[in-house]
Amino acid sequence: MKKILLGNEAIVRAALASGVSYVTGYPGCPSAEIGDEFGKIAKENGVYAEYATNEKTALESAIGASFSGLKVLVNMKSFGINVCSDVLLPLAYTGTKGGMVIVVADDPSCWSSAQSEQNSRMYAYLGHIPMLEPADPQECYDFTKIGFEISEKFNMPVILRTVTRCAHQRAVVEVDEPHSVETPRGDFVKNPHQYSTMPPRTLEMKKELLEKIKKIQAYAEKSKINKIVGLPKSYNLKVGIIASGVAGLHVMEALEELKLDLPVLQLGSFYPLPKEKIIKFIKPLKKVLVVEELEGYVEKEIAVLAKDANAKMEIFGKNVLPIIGELSAEKVCGALSKVVGMKFAEFKTKNLNLPKRTARLCEGCPYWYILPTIKRIAPEGTIFGGDIGCNMIGALPPHSMYDYLFCMGASIGVAHGILKAEGPERSRKVISFMGDGTFFHSGIAGMVNAVYNKSNPLMIVMDNRITAMTGHQPNPGMGKNLMGEEAPELSIEEIAKACGVKNIKVLDPINQKELEDVVKEFLEKEEISLIVCKKICALLLKKQTAEKHDQ
Amino acid sequence: MTNKIFNLIINGVGGQGVITLLILIDQVAMNEGYDVRSSELHGLSQRGGSVETHIRFGKKVNSPLIANGKADLILSLEILEGLRETEKSGKQTKFLVNDYFLPFLGSLTAEEIKKQLGLIKNETYIIPASKDCKEKLQNEIVCTLYSLGYAVAKNLIPMKKESVLKAIDQMVPEKYKELNINAFNLGYGS
Repeated sequence: MKKILLGNEAIVRAALASGVSYVTGYPGCPSAEIGDEFGKIAKENGVYAEYATNEKTALESAIGASFSGLKVLVNMKSFGINVCSDVLLPLAYTGTKGGMVIVVADDPSCWSSAQSEQNSRMYAYLGHIPMLEPADPQECYDFTKIGFEISEKFNMPVILRTVTRCAHQRAVVEVDEPHSVETPRGDFVKNPHQYSTMPPRTLEMKKELLEKIKKIQAYAEKSKINKIVGLPKSYNLKVGIIASGVAGLHVMEALEELKLDLPVLQLGSFYPLPKEKIIKFIKPLKKVLVVEELEGYVEKEIAVLAKDANAKMEIFGKNVLPIIGELSAEKVCGALSKVVGMKFAEFKTKNLNLPKRTARLCEGCPYWYILPTIKRIAPEGTIFGGDIGCNMIGALPPHSMYDYLFCMGASIGVAHGILKAEGPERSRKVISFMGDGTFFHSGIAGMVNAVYNKSNPLMIVMDNRITAMTGHQPNPGMGKNLMGEEAPELSIEEIAKACGVKNIKVLDPINQKELEDVVKEFLEKEEISLIVCKKICALLLKKQTAEKHDQ
Repeated sequence: MTNKIFNLIINGVGGQGVITLLILIDQVAMNEGYDVRSSELHGLSQRGGSVETHIRFGKKVNSPLIANGKADLILSLEILEGLRETEKSGKQTKFLVNDYFLPFLGSLTAEEIKKQLGLIKNETYIIPASKDCKEKLQNEIVCTLYSLGYAVAKNLIPMKKESVLKAIDQMVPEKYKELNINAFNLGYGS
């Protein structure tokens, strides 16, 4: 059956076709549609689906399910793998029981990511974890299924690393007819020898892990995920291309554009690499161009392999392609023309110097009542800390208010450090801003640190009653979970109180006078203070009103 | 048309319905028997900023991205975003721009934008999609379908009316079908 699918939708379909029964993760762009879709279809397909409080608890949840024998899909964006890395690395040592595929979606060019242009491929090396790189929705579908196969065959978690142009690409995909499965119940069979990492067993486990990777490499050598495209006569020029993931699409486009016929080794497995296949491919070549986005990890591997296999071969890669930003057919054309020595005139764009239209707060967004007001009334020199979510739009004009911005939950953690460093005699004010989703994700730990180590930031939690930026996902403050069931509604102010925060105020920021008065009062406090500005996301309100109207 | 790839850029401002239109056109392309690939952006980029999406269809499409200068048609839902696309349009690129302006702090005036749009040598159509939809259908968001209707009627895109109507029937929820068809016909007949 042929269907047009988004890369993320293809992953969902393939996971279902593979018999997945447990889905967990944390929403982020460009991976969010995976969890969101399962939220809608889980029940009818006999699947359990959740959004965990953060990526680390998600992966822990996944491990519990896998050890109990269930097939698990985990979904997160690039930065999520940083959050769960603590539990990811020992997972490679213990291995899995039920198959586990972990989707990690990178965002080259930072279309929807603030904190860094992360290349999560390095985690494969760091943890010795197999990693597959699909190029398009069809490969998202195929590789998810292969990922589960590898995971079950070798009892290893497999990372499916996508990028924006793959996860958010739509294309025609050949899919199997969907079939529903009975939800299997898990059964945790005790096996501490395998499931507990504890020296001296830990080093033994590392040895077992490396042996597994060798076997998976042998599998990768034979697998169709690494394929050579091009006819024998294409070898005439003695120039070959090795492409990784989505870069392969740009290579095919560039070859067509330049009317070149060159052999291409399209790598679908980033780790372990099919070394024998690569050696066979590069042996007859005089030149090879390695096309991969961001840092040239594959290129370095090729250089090592070429030392023995074909030392005279010239290797091109990051000397003709950028490390920053996603690739395109044009960039590959530019690189290829240098390698084969032909002319290529890049299209000259005009520059009309048009004003940039950056992201902005939506019409009616409650944050309009908070950010400008606090900026206006805060004393001269106040430091403002931003966080991840809709609130980061506060970094852009017309607000331009954040003095620092890092990752989920960092606004309060860094605020504490500044206050301790400057000391109380400076009496500088530091105000941190985060949303409700971020508070539950990782804001609590920073708040506890400020209480325990005695600093006095003013923490503003802008509670818009949902995780808004990534497309309206539920969080623990809402009283609902991903599958639409009623759930305990965790109170931000009660949590803060239990953590020892003494100055707490919950208010509706539309009451501007009250907000101003409380900010002024709390800025004089010697301990940490918290204002929870509670007002529903304007888009969510609109949606809810429309739904009520329909009923 | 069969051996050539048709390159369509749809752009506008986050929230205008760019992606909804893209999903529909993908389906139309499939209904016409083409291979199709498209690329879109979500998340931060969707929050009121410039949104540019690419659709490519033809016999066999390799990449979902359209190289600079290669677009056949640029369908802009907003005039400044339409003007922005002229920075990288080729000689063959045609422009279909919804006469709708979403100003922001520091943006040019509508007059200035339209003046600059009037200076380009490309085949350009500036159409009152939002205005007509608001007046006649009491709904601005379907300016997307209006624009598609106009593009089909004027042969700016190699798609048949029946394929679009079929795609609407396949993709649009029952209660919005009539509205979408009306908007399409309004643009088609304008």
